[in-house]
Amino acid sequence: MLSDEDLLDRLERAAFEYFLHETNPENGLVADTNRTGAPASIAVVGFALSTYPIAVERGWITRDEAAARIAVTLRFFWNSPQGEQADATGYKGFYYHFLDLQTGKRTWTSELSLMDTALLLAGVLTASVYFNGATQTEIEIRELADALYRRIDWLWAQDDKSSVSQGWKPESGFLHYGWEGYNEAILLYVLALASPTHPLPATSYPAWTSTYQWENLYGLDVLYAGPLFVHQFSHAWIDFRGIRDRFMREKRSDYFENSRRATYLQREYARRNPHDFKGYGENCWGFTAGDGPCASTARVDGKYHQCFGYTARGVPYGPDDGTIAPWAALASLPFEPEIALAAARHCLTHYPEILKEGRLPSGFNPTLPGNNSHGWISEGHFGLDQGIIVLMIENYRSQLVWKLMRDCPYIKRGLKRAGFRGGWL
Amino acid sequence: MQSQLLPPPSLRKIPDSPTLLAEPTSMAWRNPHPAHQYNLVILGGGPAGIMAARSAAVLGAKVALIERDQLGGTCLNTGCIPSKAILKTSRLYADMRNAEQFGAQVPQVITVDFAAAMARMRHIRARLSRRASAERLSTLGIDVYFGMGHFAGRNTVEVDGQLLRFKKALIATGARPLYPTIPGLAEAGFLTHENVFDLTECPPRLLVIGGGPLGCELAQAFCRLGSKVTIVEKEPMFLSQEERDAAQILSGALARDGIDVRLNTDAVSVREQGSEKFVDLVSDDYRSTVVVDQILVGIGRSPNVENLNLEAVGVRYTRDTGVQVNDFLQTTNSRIFATGDVCLEHKFMHFEDASARLIVRNALFWGRERLSALTIPWCTYTDPEIAHVGLYVTEAIRKRIPVKTFTVPMHDVDRAIADGEEEGFVKIHVKEGTDKILGATVVARHAGEMINDITLAIGSRLGLDTLARVIHPYPTQAAAIKMAADSYRRTRLTSTRKWLLKRWLAW
Repeated sequence: MLSDEDLLDRLERAAFEYFLHETNPENGLVADTNRTGAPASIAVVGFALSTYPIAVERGWITRDEAAARIAVTLRFFWNSPQGEQADATGYKGFYYHFLDLQTGKRTWTSELSLMDTALLLAGVLTASVYFNGATQTEIEIRELADALYRRIDWLWAQDDKSSVSQGWKPESGFLHYGWEGYNEAILLYVLALASPTHPLPATSYPAWTSTYQWENLYGLDVLYAGPLFVHQFSHAWIDFRGIRDRFMREKRSDYFENSRRATYLQREYARRNPHDFKGYGENCWGFTAGDGPCASTARVDGKYHQCFGYTARGVPYGPDDGTIAPWAALASLPFEPEIALAAARHCLTHYPEILKEGRLPSGFNPTLPGNNSHGWISEGHFGLDQGIIVLMIENYRSQLVWKLMRDCPYIKRGLKRAGFRGGWL
Repeated sequence: MQSQLLPPPSLRKIPDSPTLLAEPTSMAWRNPHPAHQYNLVILGGGPAGIMAARSAAVLGAKVALIERDQLGGTCLNTGCIPSKAILKTSRLYADMRNAEQFGAQVPQVITVDFAAAMARMRHIRARLSRRASAERLSTLGIDVYFGMGHFAGRNTVEVDGQLLRFKKALIATGARPLYPTIPGLAEAGFLTHENVFDLTECPPRLLVIGGGPLGCELAQAFCRLGSKVTIVEKEPMFLSQEERDAAQILSGALARDGIDVRLNTDAVSVREQGSEKFVDLVSDDYRSTVVVDQILVGIGRSPNVENLNLEAVGVRYTRDTGVQVNDFLQTTNSRIFATGDVCLEHKFMHFEDASARLIVRNALFWGRERLSALTIPWCTYTDPEIAHVGLYVTEAIRKRIPVKTFTVPMHDVDRAIADGEEEGFVKIHVKEGTDKILGATVVARHAGEMINDITLAIGSRLGLDTLARVIHPYPTQAAAIKMAADSYRRTRLTSTRKWLLKRWLAW
């Protein structure tokens, strides 16, 4: 049996190799999934950019090669068309969620996405902090990163409200819904508050945190959000240990501890397994945004189950169709390594066919009949999942991304403007 | 989407539809000869007016009650009672279809008898209306007048050509449906709660515009009775005032029933072709068209403030919010009070009931009871039900009250598991650091019954610690409330207290 360290190294490297294989070398765009015809996702590009420093440190890629890849990507985004036209790459410094992998133009009539732009910029800034050398390429990386960040008009995205919209479409304007309740938007607010050119007012952050729910659930006090990725995404870049905003100061907790408890909630829910799905248990959980078997109703063992495709599953209120995201446990490694590793090992031992090319799928569902003996398994791999695996395994092993971003002046400034104090700040 | 008032019921043409019953003819009633003076004249014979009349008459007051249409108002005739009756039948059909989950066999053929369901509803309505009949009220000493009443002078009301002198008056004229000004809607025809219960056939395809309590309840009921239902709501979630988790659970439940749920969506135009109605929908940049047989509109209600001559007696009002009242339910004319849907933000029968009693004390006996002192719960009777009392978390935060919520998912409650009714939760919000209950939301099959424990606690200023000492029979679903209270007690067992207890027990 592999040691923990070897297991994690294998999974991390295989996940990183997704980005080596699924990137268009002409423009640096990365496929949302490795299924045929998949578009590029700007969020996946953000994760990709963040994995290169890790890969260089681990010796999986040379520094020069990584720098070259990053430079190609940043040049593309800087030079790509920005405007109100429906097939631009972006507008007001933001980018459309999905782009054509070849042309870089908007595709799938996707929205101009604030959160996905924030994830892209997180990667851009990670790269700019790491590549601090004097070569022409590394200087260019830093200059382009700063220019891309400064170009974003966060104020425009506020649309005269106290909090920001989730997105915008040229056909219909700002999306109806904003950010209610705790979610992955801490990263977005930190970047938006720190902007040297178009910063959000400091009041926009408490306007969002005033929608939080602090709950005692399954015996744990937690800032509640159903899907596990909410408790992980911002944490991929920001080290929340010991730093607290006003909300967390009042609750005498912090977002790292909160994610640890949220991880336990996932396990508790799986133990309870209210819908009696197969496979759930103390070491088999992971309810988050991910692929699913279908978007209809299936009959299994005499019962009708409503199934979902790609959706944000959450605990304890669902939606829950029996689909487990095995990568979600790994992404909680820094918070609670013991149970995260136990869950990862359990899935790999009992469902070995989920591992393909050394990587975990977006989801699998032992309750539904599917494409193999153990039920349904998502086809291919999703870039977001592989990205969070790389970053969080590395943060657990060496804290590299956290260390880099602690040195990013924008991250520090944004956290302080949001009211964070203490710890490494 | 703009909205518009429907004209008052007596002026409205009944839509010419073979599937709707004609309005029942009103009973023959002769208005009494007015008394010399009334202690209380009440305009409006709905639940609020009837409760005020009864309360005042029992105490010996001389009371006149004026109603222009049907006694019992919206709740009895076109609201709470008929909707609950058909919800019950629809729930039965849903349970039959899900029988396997309860270890029972699904009947081979499930045929919905819509006419029987509606007949049962009408029978129940007729039975309950006997309590609110003019004859019955007269035996209590209440003078009942039918007609359009309005203020004729500073202390007189005119009805049916007669003048009634009053010492105090109460406006309880209720509200009527709003409907959106969607091009083509009026021409195509539509239903509201005022005529949907007159249907004799279940519409094969139904569009419900409005995701508030009425829209959600009837969408679910008609779906379970056999309609193919689409529900359209312009906000990102149903019941926009409710907790997000509650709205999410409801959304999932409606989708599971087979309802086509369209949130963030507006209906923008309607056209009729033959007997079919084509409705265009827009959600951001996505456009679609649904084809239905009936459209049900439930986007809100508008207070009945017209034709009362309120200006003549100095009663201030607006068409949107109704009659202006203070915390004692007095209007801007201190001798005239108002209650019910004509002035209250929360348009619930039990609210009207409580406020009517308050008004009788304030109007006739120099009472100084405040509306704001009442603890009023409410419930949406979908499946699962959603009930709430007190503050929401966002309200508490706006008032700068630190809040913590104790949550018990129903899938942790033994009786809910045994009943196969695990969907939902009990959430009790307390002021952090104390056991003071600020509010609660219950989502459960019987949430409307369960909320009463918490309403009693808030109204009686009992904290969560006290609720933990209330013994609930086992097994009951209401035990979820005690479980939430027990969770609170466990948080009081701090590490210091545990250490002290351990030292104590070490002897």
